[in-house]
Amino acid sequence: MMLNNKQKLQIKNPSQSILMLVLTFTFFTGMVLPLFTLFIKAFQNSDGGFAGFGNYLKYFSQPALSYSVINTINVSFITSVISTVLGFAYAYALRRTNIKLKKIFRYAALFPIFVPTVVHGIGLIVLFGKQGILTQLGFFIEIYGKTGIILSEIIYTFPQSFLMFYVALHYADGRLYEVADSMGCNALVKFLRITLPEVKYTLINSLFVCFTLSFTDFGAPKVIGGSFNVLATDLYKQVAGQFNFNMGAVVSTLLLIPALLTFAADRALNSGNFSEISSKAIKLKIKDNKLRDAMFFTVCFLIFSFFLLIIGALTLDALMKYYPYERSFTFGHFKFSQSTGGIQSFVNSIVMSLLTAVFGTIFIFVYSYLIEKGKEMRTLKKIGRLLSVVPIALPGMVIGLSFIFFFNSRENPLNFIYGTVVILVLANIVHFYSVPYVTAAGALRKLDKEFESIAESMRIPGWKVFLKVSVPMSFPAILEIFMFYFVNSMVTVSAVVFLYPADFKIASVAITHMEEAGDIAQAAAMSLLILLVNLIIRGSYEIYMFFNRKHQKKMEEVMLDD
Amino acid sequence: MSYLKVENIYKQFAGKVALEDVNAEFEKGELVCILGPSGCGKTTLLRIIAGLETADGGKVIIDGRDCTMLPPSKRNFGIVFQSYALFPNMTVEQNILFGLSEQKKLNRKQLRSRALEVLELVDLTEHKNKYPFQLSGGQQQRTALARAIALSPGYLLLDEPLSALDAKVRSKLRLEIRRIQRELGITTVMVTHDQEEALTMADRIIVMNNAVIEQVGAPRAIYERPENKFVADFIGTMNFYHNSTGDFGIRPENIILTKNKPSENYLTGKITFLEFKGAMIRVYSKLHDNCEICADLPAETAAAMELTENDTVYLRIADRHLIQYAEALEAV
Repeated sequence: MMLNNKQKLQIKNPSQSILMLVLTFTFFTGMVLPLFTLFIKAFQNSDGGFAGFGNYLKYFSQPALSYSVINTINVSFITSVISTVLGFAYAYALRRTNIKLKKIFRYAALFPIFVPTVVHGIGLIVLFGKQGILTQLGFFIEIYGKTGIILSEIIYTFPQSFLMFYVALHYADGRLYEVADSMGCNALVKFLRITLPEVKYTLINSLFVCFTLSFTDFGAPKVIGGSFNVLATDLYKQVAGQFNFNMGAVVSTLLLIPALLTFAADRALNSGNFSEISSKAIKLKIKDNKLRDAMFFTVCFLIFSFFLLIIGALTLDALMKYYPYERSFTFGHFKFSQSTGGIQSFVNSIVMSLLTAVFGTIFIFVYSYLIEKGKEMRTLKKIGRLLSVVPIALPGMVIGLSFIFFFNSRENPLNFIYGTVVILVLANIVHFYSVPYVTAAGALRKLDKEFESIAESMRIPGWKVFLKVSVPMSFPAILEIFMFYFVNSMVTVSAVVFLYPADFKIASVAITHMEEAGDIAQAAAMSLLILLVNLIIRGSYEIYMFFNRKHQKKMEEVMLDD
Repeated sequence: MSYLKVENIYKQFAGKVALEDVNAEFEKGELVCILGPSGCGKTTLLRIIAGLETADGGKVIIDGRDCTMLPPSKRNFGIVFQSYALFPNMTVEQNILFGLSEQKKLNRKQLRSRALEVLELVDLTEHKNKYPFQLSGGQQQRTALARAIALSPGYLLLDEPLSALDAKVRSKLRLEIRRIQRELGITTVMVTHDQEEALTMADRIIVMNNAVIEQVGAPRAIYERPENKFVADFIGTMNFYHNSTGDFGIRPENIILTKNKPSENYLTGKITFLEFKGAMIRVYSKLHDNCEICADLPAETAAAMELTENDTVYLRIADRHLIQYAEALEAV
């Protein structure tokens, strides 16, 4: 057979190919190259010579440092178990019982997402610290140290665990429970034999995710850790305190380990045949059970109250002159001291988050469009898809440090972005890349794959279909990505703590400095401001979706007809 | 000379051959159905004609011009997909105008009047301001058709255009598409796996199987004189039987079934099953050599004959209805 046409291989759409090349290159510059530089540093001595595993040996030979490895594992393990249990119970209550106030509980569970992890620490200090509100009432806990870190990390990881179970428990095959009923199984047997196997995968996943999150968190240990060292604070001290960059690189590689294990576990679990819900499944009818509902309501209510208590305490501290000594109302704490960042840091955070959200959303949507719908450069598409999961494994501090190594090097032509807001925006885009990518790719995959073919047959240029069909049809996803980027950039500390320019301090970092300076009330006030802005952004998204959900669903159903 | 022509088309996907040396011609103004089971390569052939896929070998000639490497936008065709691919965020009229507005030589008024013209043609004028999700399946299909013909393309490609519809709507739209196609006199290539659709709509049918063309011909010719066992078996029902003189095929409706023994030239069978098919009864009977054969009788005739299972019947087959084959197919 003549294979004449293969030789005439031509690029049908040169502008698309060029764009694909540019975006792939940008992505490599933002993630792969800095990471590569970081790995090299871990195996180099301070003069740049090859050190092999010398840095690692040095690290572990220092008892104080290797202690923090044990501390970190210890804290993360306890956190992951408690968070997973609480997340499961909370989600179970909302999905499988008939308790009241479900909607309020659902939104309340997400509160920790909207503030930096340092705020969980600040909240606990306000409650349990030396002059804490609860301490005054006689509830004393030694909050600085291990207990404080664990509590903060539980607050931090709880929403993640909850959301995973909330999704997993959504679908249930009612038939299984009916058959079990007909065989006379009691509630416990049903739970152990049907419900638990259903969420087995989520359970393990939640343990791994919560472990990884608290393993790599910097904010909470920074403000509430006291003398209890963990890897993230070690890393900070090595780099910011002693300028020991090679040691910092060593700790960075250690921080990556749990994420790698999570990936491995995920692969292993996914390759096994875990059952999917059959399409014949019928909706589970939740039976009446007063005792069960009472129990689960109590659990939800306690967690809800605890969150409320934290917000309440922050508010109280922020609005009172000098709790507990002077209890008169004041807005004075919102006049932030210049020395710790001032109100400017809050403005800076909003600027940075907006820039991240705008450029991140554009980048992700265009790039994932080329990957999912483009007809050019198969290999680049494959690479782009594969690498899209990597950032979720990268702790913020690892990204921050790798950016220092890469962009601060004098040979780098991009050196000029170092010390500007650009590098903060880039770090955030990379740091929070994976989740929005999945959102974008998912929305694009819902679109009829022949839109582009139809357009070509009608001689409509590709960019026009993209702007007039793909973008409007994916608008909810685009908003979601925007919101995700904005909220996360507002609360992040770890990725930017090494990178923020001296004249561009951001709010989350300012909170840690306020705490260091003993200005807990100002820290609480700033925390409230961040919470408020994030709630406004999230609220606007929810309102938009409330009015457009039905219309969007109908438009999507048209594409499911075949 | 033919309007559209494919020569020695070869295409493979990841080592699997999708089209093997395919040659076909399409005359100006005719409707040709490419018919075959799923995976036979028919859609790939259509997409190569559209330029949405590039053949690994061979040529696509459109109106005397070699268009093999030409992108879709330079080929001047309209296409309707199985999913219709209507833009869900645009009304019926906007869907049509979206393509039309790229026609730089038309002004706004001319664009609108052209849109209304095609909407009139597919009888959707009153629905022009609706969104696709407000339309029935049949209306969506007609919108897709209107959009495809709005630019007055040189040829029209239909990829399983009716398979997403209910049986009733489908048979109505067959006539509708045929009427519009005739009115415009547009060369049309339609891919389908539905033999009835191909038989009722096409001027000519190309039957494909396993990446090759099995037979090309008018519907009647294909039905009456299938050239090989695949075509015979794929289109309509065919009895195959084997005797000392060779392998034969015979359509069930061409068998004359009686209860009285004819004078000569008959086969004897025993009824195993009677299948009621509405206007017809299909009588399955077993011959003396255990070969099973089926014959169609008008329901009324069958009732008059009072046929029941295990009756002995006599089957007569006129020579002109016999089709001889080289080799036997597996029992059907």
